[in-house]
Amino acid sequence: MFEIEVNNKIIEAVPGETILSAVTRAGIKVPTLCYMKDLAPSGACRICVVEVDGMKTLVPSCSYPVQEGMKIHTNSKRAIRARKTVIELLLANHPDDCLYCVRNGNCRLQGLAEEYGIRERRFPSSKKKDHMLDATSPSIIRDQAKCILCGKCVRVCEEIQNVAAIDFVKRGSKTVIAPAFEQSLNVSSCINCGQCVLACPTGALREKSSLREVDEALHDKDKYVVIQHAPAVSVTLAEEFGLRPGVDINGLMVAALRQLGFKKIFDTSFSADLTIMEEASELVHRVTTGGKLPMMTSCSPGWIKYVEQFYPDFIDNLSTCKSPQQMLGAIIKSYFAEKEGIDPEKIFSVSIMPCVAKKFEAARPEMGRNNIFDIDAVLTTREVARLIKMAGIDFDSLTPETADLPFGTRSTAGKLFGGTGGVMEAAIRTAHYMITGKELKSLMVEDVRGLKGVKEAKVKIGDLEVGVAVVSGVGNASKILEEIKNGRKDLHFIEVMTCPGGCIAGGGQPLSTDQESIKARLHALYNIDHSETLRTSHKNKDVQKLYDEFLKEPLGHKSHELLHTHYIKREVLS
Amino acid sequence: MHEASVEQKMAKMPLFLDALLHENVCGGADKKGDSKLEELKSQILRRTVSRPVIYVGAATCGLSAGADKVLVAIKKYLADKALDAEVVEVGCIGLCSEEPIIDIQLPGKARVSFRKVNTNNVVQIIESTLAGNPPADMTLGQFRGLESEKWESVTFFDEHPFLKPQKRCVLANCGIIDPCNINEYLANDGYQALAKALHSMTPAEICQEVELSGLRGRGGGGFFTGKKWKFALQTSGDQKYIICNADEGDPGAFMDRAVIEGDPHRLLEGIAIASYAIGANKAYIYIRAEYPLAIRRLKEAIAQAEDYGFIGENILDSGFNLHIIIKMGAGAFVCGEETALINSIEGKRGMPRPRPPFPAISGLFGKPSVINNVETLANVPAIIQKGKDWFSAMGTAGSKGTKVFALSGKISHTGLIEVEMGTTLRQIIFEIGGGIPHGKKYKAVQIGGPSGGCIPEEKIDIEIDYETLKEVGAMMGSGGLVVMDENTCMVDVAKFFMDFIQRESCGKCIPCREGTRHMLEILESITHGRKNESKLDTLERFKGIMHLSRLADVIKDASLCGLGQTAPNPVLSTLRWFRNEYEAHIYERKCPSGVCKELLHFSILENKCVGCTACSRKCPAGAIMGAKKSPHYIVPGKCISCGACKDVCKFNAVVVE
Repeated sequence: MFEIEVNNKIIEAVPGETILSAVTRAGIKVPTLCYMKDLAPSGACRICVVEVDGMKTLVPSCSYPVQEGMKIHTNSKRAIRARKTVIELLLANHPDDCLYCVRNGNCRLQGLAEEYGIRERRFPSSKKKDHMLDATSPSIIRDQAKCILCGKCVRVCEEIQNVAAIDFVKRGSKTVIAPAFEQSLNVSSCINCGQCVLACPTGALREKSSLREVDEALHDKDKYVVIQHAPAVSVTLAEEFGLRPGVDINGLMVAALRQLGFKKIFDTSFSADLTIMEEASELVHRVTTGGKLPMMTSCSPGWIKYVEQFYPDFIDNLSTCKSPQQMLGAIIKSYFAEKEGIDPEKIFSVSIMPCVAKKFEAARPEMGRNNIFDIDAVLTTREVARLIKMAGIDFDSLTPETADLPFGTRSTAGKLFGGTGGVMEAAIRTAHYMITGKELKSLMVEDVRGLKGVKEAKVKIGDLEVGVAVVSGVGNASKILEEIKNGRKDLHFIEVMTCPGGCIAGGGQPLSTDQESIKARLHALYNIDHSETLRTSHKNKDVQKLYDEFLKEPLGHKSHELLHTHYIKREVLS
Repeated sequence: MHEASVEQKMAKMPLFLDALLHENVCGGADKKGDSKLEELKSQILRRTVSRPVIYVGAATCGLSAGADKVLVAIKKYLADKALDAEVVEVGCIGLCSEEPIIDIQLPGKARVSFRKVNTNNVVQIIESTLAGNPPADMTLGQFRGLESEKWESVTFFDEHPFLKPQKRCVLANCGIIDPCNINEYLANDGYQALAKALHSMTPAEICQEVELSGLRGRGGGGFFTGKKWKFALQTSGDQKYIICNADEGDPGAFMDRAVIEGDPHRLLEGIAIASYAIGANKAYIYIRAEYPLAIRRLKEAIAQAEDYGFIGENILDSGFNLHIIIKMGAGAFVCGEETALINSIEGKRGMPRPRPPFPAISGLFGKPSVINNVETLANVPAIIQKGKDWFSAMGTAGSKGTKVFALSGKISHTGLIEVEMGTTLRQIIFEIGGGIPHGKKYKAVQIGGPSGGCIPEEKIDIEIDYETLKEVGAMMGSGGLVVMDENTCMVDVAKFFMDFIQRESCGKCIPCREGTRHMLEILESITHGRKNESKLDTLERFKGIMHLSRLADVIKDASLCGLGQTAPNPVLSTLRWFRNEYEAHIYERKCPSGVCKELLHFSILENKCVGCTACSRKCPAGAIMGAKKSPHYIVPGKCISCGACKDVCKFNAVVVE
């Protein structure tokens, strides 16, 4: 530790840290735009510049290391003028359609313009941006006109997700961010994870909204509109309404959805339990019959496309189970339709997902039968918040309600699907029971909990020692896949969630998502698991009933037809 | 070149190398060995020749002027006449405006240079010279040679006004030796500095020697080279890199290309010494792909140096290993910036990284790396061989040695020159460069490329070094000198450079990417006519001008890399020295030099116009009205200021203001 002087105040600094980190700890706010915690600073936006005595130019506080005795002025006239000019230069090139923008009121550029009191357009906007809106992706819309080229999307895509679907293209003021050869996103190597959407400070990246289809369906008398909500949604939706992260509003959310007019509200955690029955059976089957190992989870559609594109040799390692969203979708339009006597064609099946890749998944041609899609529309957490706000629903006046049967009961194991390690924990609980006929002594599997990108454990199931790995953030998966390629043999089951932290940090989650909120959300899931009694998927009575009445047995004929799928090798430019 | 002579040379090679290494370098030179060596050297350097030798300046500048065709013509002539003569392709002597240049050396006679050779006159030049009568109007001069007889009628080349004031150290061999023959470089004491460094100096001593010599980076910033090396030497690391920056991108700069094409081994030797000095066993040469000939020369030279053991494993039995890799760049200007260059070598987009960490600490692939420009490295062998004092005796207090400049623009002798630091601009432009052609007046010289500035007449007597240039708002840069005469509009010049910069900005940081474009737009609004300008546009234009210096300040102050931090310089320096021209554009809406077309106002003098209708027939815009044999007039709203009417009028009736 040594001392530095900031704004005529002495503060402590740690050798090697950046100016930004030192001043932030001391409670001095320096604005940032392209800064990303835990990634190497790029120094691109120059919003965080500060004045340092003895330096010729202003220095970017996000990348410049502190030096003992440094005298820093974070709010000098020079620094403020530079920041203001940078904001003005960005505004000069930015469309003036804030009122129509998905990020209105939640835009970093708008916020900076406000903070710095920009009141006139100092630099005329002469260069009209006539970029095409790239709406080709089923998940993400790119609006180049609103892009300020901060590069955060590029870095998250390359450095965190190891996908590198987009990069800077062209030079100088013609620079844009685009997929290779400026092709559109749908033919790029984009895996639709939407982490770029969370990173984007403006409205340049957003989910492709399905609100209109859902709204129309809700008002269509011929349609029977049902909705399912993913495990990770009830612990994040509250943030969209100003509550602190980690508050579970499951009951209120169900009440709100019912007010919105959905005929049935189902819980995707139910089908997570169903997935566990199928997936654990598949694992047991693979282990006992010498099938392809390690088996890898298939709940996360970004990860699936990642394998199909970059590691097609591992396609056979992927579990053939559909994701919980698709399983429930398929069951709704078969079992449920049959049971209720509704024409499956009239059912409009909506899902609320923490994810934008789910939109891609729902549109995969293999996800349906007889020209009927399992899922008709996918809404993200953000979209459903908009839907609720639009309907003028006041949470304070609601009382919690429960989801509808037959798909309303869930175990906490199914709920754990919402965070990294959750699928693994649920699977271990059920696999143990399937193999040994006994429950685990302690249901909590400590080794697979927490936010580490890669977690590994050896689990004793009877006489069998099962090697498991849990990966979150698809960029972390390549390391393990390479190890397996090179002959690693001790792993039997691998869970991969595309987004770092799992679905609670998915690309469809509130834009406020950060390390702290992810922690709180994960905690909320763990709390649910600790405080309830139905904690294993195989004990879910409604799942058992579904097998008794309809599916008969895991991996059976009906399951094969409705709950399992296949994958394709995809060629991409990479 | 005859097959036999190549074989002969190859046979002599080990002997020569052996003699060099053991008799000369290791200090045990006895008289016998010395004389044997001298004899070999003399032969290799063609101090005496037994048959005629024709040298052709076949660097890129020569080739683009037609040297390739001349070469074919020479070979055809020799074959037709069955003449036994050697043809040698050499690099560029520097006098690009006189290219193609060939030299002829007859047995016993001094080598003589000829200018502006083409396929029509080459035969006549050879024949007259063979007849003992070199055509006087074609000669540039003859070389001095102790072992040859001089031509009575021909002046000495080194007394040519272009060459006389020069001090050629880096360029010493350029245009004289065959760059493809390592023996010629060796015979000119080549690779002796490397041997000296490896055998008798520690890396720290080399860094010290280079630091004390005062050598500063020749590529832009002018950082002390020895200091840079020391940082890298002192940083521990299992792998270090030397990177030679040959990504020459300034408009009007071609120094690096000429050095590589004319004397590639000097660069390789410099790289080898630098690598040894910092402890690097891998070196990259980052060169733009637009330099195919330079790349070919480098590849040949590396292969030769590897054959001879100057590059590779256990160099000269010292235990030092070095591998040199050529990395071709795609030609982005920003890749000359060292961190962008590193990104480019790593296979990433050429965008600068924030510094610190500096490359000497964490550079290429995260390893300690030193990036030096071609000219910087080419200076190193002589410093090691002749010592720091020799080098620091040249130049000014703060800037030692010589500097290579590329002269272009409105100057008689365009080309490549090398002068001692501290030479005045006047001497460079008016003596060496031969002044402004067509009797025009000097207006300014642009130095340092897009990061540099324009120097007006009142500052033309400054002694060029890093500091004085900074004082007048320019910078050394890589050494491009673009001379401008009275017909140049300085606002237009500023516009040109801003346009260049805003295209070549990498697009990463906002001040540079957006700021330079807005600066360009402001300059464009100054030089645009106001034909369709609304009052609001006019207001915007005036406001824009007020923002010019604010923008310039912020771009300098807040940009990420050197490119951005110096990007406003062309505007700032022209604003400083040629403010009146800006004012004329802004307030009077006039371009004093008549360059900014849209500001020109054409009219026809009634008393001079005879109504011949030539102008109205020529006018592409249909802007000239008038009946036959009566005075015509120009409709201002229609006129596009192309000047066609003025060109066609035989009566000087069209005037422009």
